[in-house]
Amino acid sequence: MIKEDWGFQTGLPEAASSYAPNIDWLMNVLHVVMIGIFVVWGVYFIYCLVAYRARDGHTGTYHQTGEKASFIPDGLILAFEMWLILAFGIPIWASVKQSTPPPSESNNIHVIAQQFAWNIHYPGPDGKFGRRDVKLVSASNSIGLDESDPASKDDIVTINQMSVPLGKPTILQMTSKDVIHDFWVSNFRNKQDVVPGLNTNLWFEPTKTGKFEIACAQLCGLGHTQMVGNVFVKTPEEFDEWQKSQVAEKAGTASAAGAVAPSENRS
Amino acid sequence: MDTHGHGHDAGHGHGEPTSFWRKYVFSVDHKVIGIQYLITSFLFLLVGFGMMMLMRYQLAWPSPPDDFDPEKMSLVRSTIAKIFGDKMEYGFMRPDFYNQLGAMHGTIMIFLGVVPLGVAAFGNYVLPLQIGAPDMAFPRLNMMSYWVYLVGGIVMMSSYFAPDGFPQSGWTSYAPLSIVAPPGQTVWCIAMVIIITSSLLGSINFIVTTLNMRAKGMTLGRMPVFVWAQLVTAVLLLLAFPVLEAGALLQLLDRVAGTSFYIPKDMMYGSTVFPAAGGGNPILWQHLFWFLAHPEVYVLLLPAMGIVAEIIATNTRKPLFGYREIVGSMVLIGILSFVVWAHHMFLSGMRTSLANLFVTTTLTISVPSVAVLTCLLLSLRGGAIRFNTPMLFALAFLPMFGIGGLTGLPLGFAPTDLHLHDTYYVIGHFHYVVAPGSLAALMGATYYWYPKMFGRKMNETLGKIHFWMTIVPMNFIFFPMLFQGMWGMDRRLADPTLQWHNLPVQGWSVIMLFAACVLLLGQIPFLWNFFWSLRHGEIAGENPWNATTLEWACPSPPPHGNFVTPPEVHRGPYEYSVPGHKTDYWPQDEAA
Amino acid sequence: MSTQVAETSTGISHAKLGIWTFLASEIMLFGGLVSAYVILRSGSAHMAIPPREMMGVPLATFNTFALITSSVTMVLALAAIKVNDMKRFARFIGMTIGGGILFLCIKSYEYNHKWHEGITLSSNLFGSFYYTLTGLHVIHVIGGILLLLYILVTGLNGAYDAHNHERVEAAGLYWHFVDLVWVILFPILYLL
Repeated sequence: MIKEDWGFQTGLPEAASSYAPNIDWLMNVLHVVMIGIFVVWGVYFIYCLVAYRARDGHTGTYHQTGEKASFIPDGLILAFEMWLILAFGIPIWASVKQSTPPPSESNNIHVIAQQFAWNIHYPGPDGKFGRRDVKLVSASNSIGLDESDPASKDDIVTINQMSVPLGKPTILQMTSKDVIHDFWVSNFRNKQDVVPGLNTNLWFEPTKTGKFEIACAQLCGLGHTQMVGNVFVKTPEEFDEWQKSQVAEKAGTASAAGAVAPSENRS
Repeated sequence: MDTHGHGHDAGHGHGEPTSFWRKYVFSVDHKVIGIQYLITSFLFLLVGFGMMMLMRYQLAWPSPPDDFDPEKMSLVRSTIAKIFGDKMEYGFMRPDFYNQLGAMHGTIMIFLGVVPLGVAAFGNYVLPLQIGAPDMAFPRLNMMSYWVYLVGGIVMMSSYFAPDGFPQSGWTSYAPLSIVAPPGQTVWCIAMVIIITSSLLGSINFIVTTLNMRAKGMTLGRMPVFVWAQLVTAVLLLLAFPVLEAGALLQLLDRVAGTSFYIPKDMMYGSTVFPAAGGGNPILWQHLFWFLAHPEVYVLLLPAMGIVAEIIATNTRKPLFGYREIVGSMVLIGILSFVVWAHHMFLSGMRTSLANLFVTTTLTISVPSVAVLTCLLLSLRGGAIRFNTPMLFALAFLPMFGIGGLTGLPLGFAPTDLHLHDTYYVIGHFHYVVAPGSLAALMGATYYWYPKMFGRKMNETLGKIHFWMTIVPMNFIFFPMLFQGMWGMDRRLADPTLQWHNLPVQGWSVIMLFAACVLLLGQIPFLWNFFWSLRHGEIAGENPWNATTLEWACPSPPPHGNFVTPPEVHRGPYEYSVPGHKTDYWPQDEAA
Repeated sequence: MSTQVAETSTGISHAKLGIWTFLASEIMLFGGLVSAYVILRSGSAHMAIPPREMMGVPLATFNTFALITSSVTMVLALAAIKVNDMKRFARFIGMTIGGGILFLCIKSYEYNHKWHEGITLSSNLFGSFYYTLTGLHVIHVIGGILLLLYILVTGLNGAYDAHNHERVEAAGLYWHFVDLVWVILFPILYLL
């Protein structure tokens, strides 16, 4: 009835990005306060139900007191919320969403989402992305990469499997070919809609090596559930090695296919 | 456009109809229309509930186990598999069917279930009575809004017969997914335009009735909280719904007329470029949609708050705490609800600096909500609380809405929303507001006003069984959603186990299914009670709860035209336990 | 009818309050569409605006004039019924209807012309907005003409007089609103 790998976890999954601890801290503060408010309310609620239950000889009181005092909880909550916004909300939001690390010192990746896969486009060792054109999109060239562009030569395109180095921010510039998707890695505590006709950014700096799951968080059709991938966080050495092997592999297939492939793409 | 044609049948002058059709079917009497809405919206709630049961069943066991043997299916599974044929495989849903149920569950519950129940059914029945009016301002318009609503509902359901079935882009129908979706989505757009028209007709009627048809002495400051809630709700519907109507119209044109309001340049569809000029913006839909849909949340909530206020005042036998604070907060909620919509869109690709603005407005709107809740809670203090069934539901509303409201905090707060957005945490949050919150209040309202509607009380024992079998399982369904969402399980997944990061919280889904089954069983006593009490319930007089507001000053059920003599109001709505008065309640219309 | 005004709690008749409420929702409907247009016009790189000659500004200006005139005759009709002058009332309502019909005729000529020039509903984003906004407005004009015909017929049957003209007033408010919508649509679609 319950498969052995199904569980009853509570709480947050493992944090694996540089800003995840900030967000988790905020999440915990909010929940502690929420539970606190709920318990205080709840205790008072139950006290009232018991103390003021209808019984013989007990009548309701007509005159109210404390109408002004009832504004105290409203005021406290407002003050608490404003403090949260000013002290944490705006700064954390600014650091995660409104600013990106300098691209020159980061690992840059383009993500091109489609129903129902994540195309991951790396600039390769030269750090330059080849040109993309919607007219070049074909079964073998899912992102429409223009192979005649010199910058494309060492570009790597993978599907659903993303490799990133540890200790360096990764900046994703994302767009979608068809409908809206949403790039989401729960361990990084960040997600971003991927919108057709629009470029959106998401950056993260992984703090742990390992495999983390990418999911699509915005309903995108039949295969929405299966639109998953993995982020492999590698040590810088492993990452370089991986990149080299990918480039070599691409060069190998290109020379094997000869000059036919580019012209095929043109048609 | 039809409003002005009906000025003449306002108020008085139309005699009681005699034929069956005129009296019970095409009736212009607000009470009959209210009951028509009541029954229809309960039917839609049942349909939405059934879809929820199917989805919970799917989510508990999303895919066949390794040792699955089609020959040895359980009775439940084989029955479901038989009923839904090729939409399922051995009773395991195909993803498109799951998406269809998801979209329809949301659409039905919100637009055809809870809003018509809270606003149209109880509003129609109770509001004119509470302000001492003989009927609505535009009775024929009132009848029309019911029939338009019914047509809209039928059109919406008929999308099942479209190729590929129901609409499947979620109740939010985000473009461009909804533009490239199968034909069911076109039906959705058309049905929405019809339903919105019905809502607009209704809200015009409610506003004019409330402002114009109050009995002598019924000043704005003496109106019951429920009337205030309905008034604010009507204004929200009036101003927010046309914007969605505009949005739905544009979506419809994108689908059928080749326009590209929501279609960007060079959008692909499968392996080809989508045949449209392009240049539109998908995020535009989200703005138009949420501009409605956030006020809509308060449309779901405000009538419930009003109901809870009525029931609590009556059953604590004391005046409501902070009447003016409650009313003021409701008005403030109404105003603020128009400036918070983009908190649904922090991650949509909208300019990120806008988020700070909407975080601030969102957290500000929590303050009047807290104020209402605080006042209702403090209303218990000093009371002599009677624990009858309506009161139980009204009391349950307080902590349940509390959870719903509190869990809104980390969602409205952009940095934590980064993690929680689009997860089950969101689902848990708004279901706490709508199900054990609003819907519980509406259940309470059914028990509370049933004697007025049918002249008999519902059975208390069955009512209490219904109460416990509703509120407890609801918590076992919705609380685990918060755990799942916190862990990062996304909403709208036909099979969450296909994503390995969801497995550690998948176990909760099995518990939720069992809770849902208990919830289903718990509704049987309610249905039985509802029909049984029509003939066998304890006979209720004019005022079975010893309440003060005007609806209890006319016979149960009220005759055509409601009041035997036009009532005159002498005092505020909640004069309970007034020192020196002969009874512990002092009706609004009782002469001093 | 005449006693009704005194009976309402606010002193405003149901018809008048109703039509104002209705117009509030209409403002939101057109407001939603117009802001969608404004947002995409300023935000989309692909909204090609046709040259002004193609839009036929002089004709549209004349059309604006026709509609504004019909609003004036509507005011005069209401003034006439207020002094029980049935003849003038009928004449001015007739002229208002005439203005509306003239507007529709010119509009249909314009549609035909533009469609053949290549501005169609699906040709580009501007065309989509042009036909959607003006089309919705045309539907409102047609609704207004039907309403005025109803007012004319009931009026000729003696339904209104100096003390009882709530519905004429309500119809007038609606007609002015339709006029106002055009006055907003005209510059944003033709001139800017």
